Amino acid sequence: MKRLHTLLLTLALAASGAAQAGKITIAAAADLKFALDEIVTVFKQANPGEEVGVIYGSSGKFHTQIQQNAPYDLYFSADIKYPQELAKKGLAASAVKPYAFGRIVLWSASLDASKMTLTSLTDPKITRIAIANPKHAPYGKRAEEALRSVGLWDKVQSKLVYGENIAHTAQFVQTGNAQAGIIALALAVNPELASKGGYWLIPDKLHQPLEQGYIITQRAADNPLAKRFADYMDGKAARAVMVKYGFGLPGEAASN
Amino acid sequence: MLLSEGDLQAIVLTLELASITTAILLVLGTPIAWWLARTKSWWKGPLGAVVALPLVLPPSVLGFYLLLTMGPHGPVGQFTQWLGLGTLPFTFWGLVVGSVFYSLPFMVQPVQNAFESIGDRPLEAAATLRASPLDTFFSVVLPLALPGFITASILTFAHTVGEFGVVLMIGGNIPGETRVASVQIYDHVEALDYGQAHRLSAVMLVFSFLVLLALYAWRPNPKKV
Repeated sequence: MKRLHTLLLTLALAASGAAQAGKITIAAAADLKFALDEIVTVFKQANPGEEVGVIYGSSGKFHTQIQQNAPYDLYFSADIKYPQELAKKGLAASAVKPYAFGRIVLWSASLDASKMTLTSLTDPKITRIAIANPKHAPYGKRAEEALRSVGLWDKVQSKLVYGENIAHTAQFVQTGNAQAGIIALALAVNPELASKGGYWLIPDKLHQPLEQGYIITQRAADNPLAKRFADYMDGKAARAVMVKYGFGLPGEAASN
Repeated sequence: MLLSEGDLQAIVLTLELASITTAILLVLGTPIAWWLARTKSWWKGPLGAVVALPLVLPPSVLGFYLLLTMGPHGPVGQFTQWLGLGTLPFTFWGLVVGSVFYSLPFMVQPVQNAFESIGDRPLEAAATLRASPLDTFFSVVLPLALPGFITASILTFAHTVGEFGVVLMIGGNIPGETRVASVQIYDHVEALDYGQAHRLSAVMLVFSFLVLLALYAWRPNPKKV
């Protein structure tokens, strides 16, 4: 009887130990770089001992990698379409949850873009304009739509250079190699980028909404930490950080 | 049509880039290789190491430095703007500059080996026949080192065709200007367009194999390079 008791106690300790040493890896769209970094930092402070790793990159690439069993437990896409496709293929362990609406801005590191509009891009002084690749990057698609809906696409197309993802695009502008670019608001409000030039918010009626969604992947179906992080993401604290970085929230009237 | 217009454009651009890079490196790399092969200077070690750097450095390091130095605030960028040429990133010639650095060891090292294997005797013999150094170089050294030059050119060409990281970082993915085949394939995969990615990848695979096959089949006497 005593032995059984010890065994149970050991098992309980082992179980709690296992719960303590939780580990998740998050694949996140590049526009989340600063916002999610902040959310994860706070989450880790509240959950000491848990390992939370984040890999930033292009949503499309993660979509492909998860289909090939990439070791990601949560997938935050910049386009809700990608996690929806994964869910259809049975690769999601949760419902597809919209978590934010992204916004695009005109940004420059050398000019004050807050005094510009999209029409300013026809200025001959601007020889290079960086956007994310519209072929696969959600922010690039919206940039193209915005330029098309103001009738500028054909006029500025010869000046366009294409970044692999939205952070790569911002880097082209930040180094001054492109005088202007269309990037995510979430990146433009970061102090590092905001200290240079300025940005102009592109009206969201010019493009399709940038609805962003996440899933817990099939591989993390039994990972309690993944579930906890997802819950945290839906909570007040995380939502406040998202708002701070200029994201619109699902279920709330868009500001602006 | 097996390949789309964009794919063909990317292939043509890739071949142009590789040809021009190889031509430039033949001119730039030969004197470097000659110096490295003949010198007894203390500088041989450091310069040889610099030439070999692109073999070891991640392309992202090279791309990062090139983007900053050729950008509008970098020294090279300031200079090209002063010349009225604008800046080099996002242009075909920017890629050529990047490729010349990236493929430098593939030209210099085989040519250097060829020069070294000639040794002093043919040069001394030519000198006793009163050949000028330039005459010696073109009548004696070049024919003897020809296999080395051919190996070097094929390797340089092929290595430039296979370039990806540097192009991604300084190219800006402009169709007909900087969108080479490797980047085009990457875009197809990113866009989940596996059909197109497969076709273009197959073309690259066959091409690369044929180039290497030509290289190995061409060497009739493997002892003499």
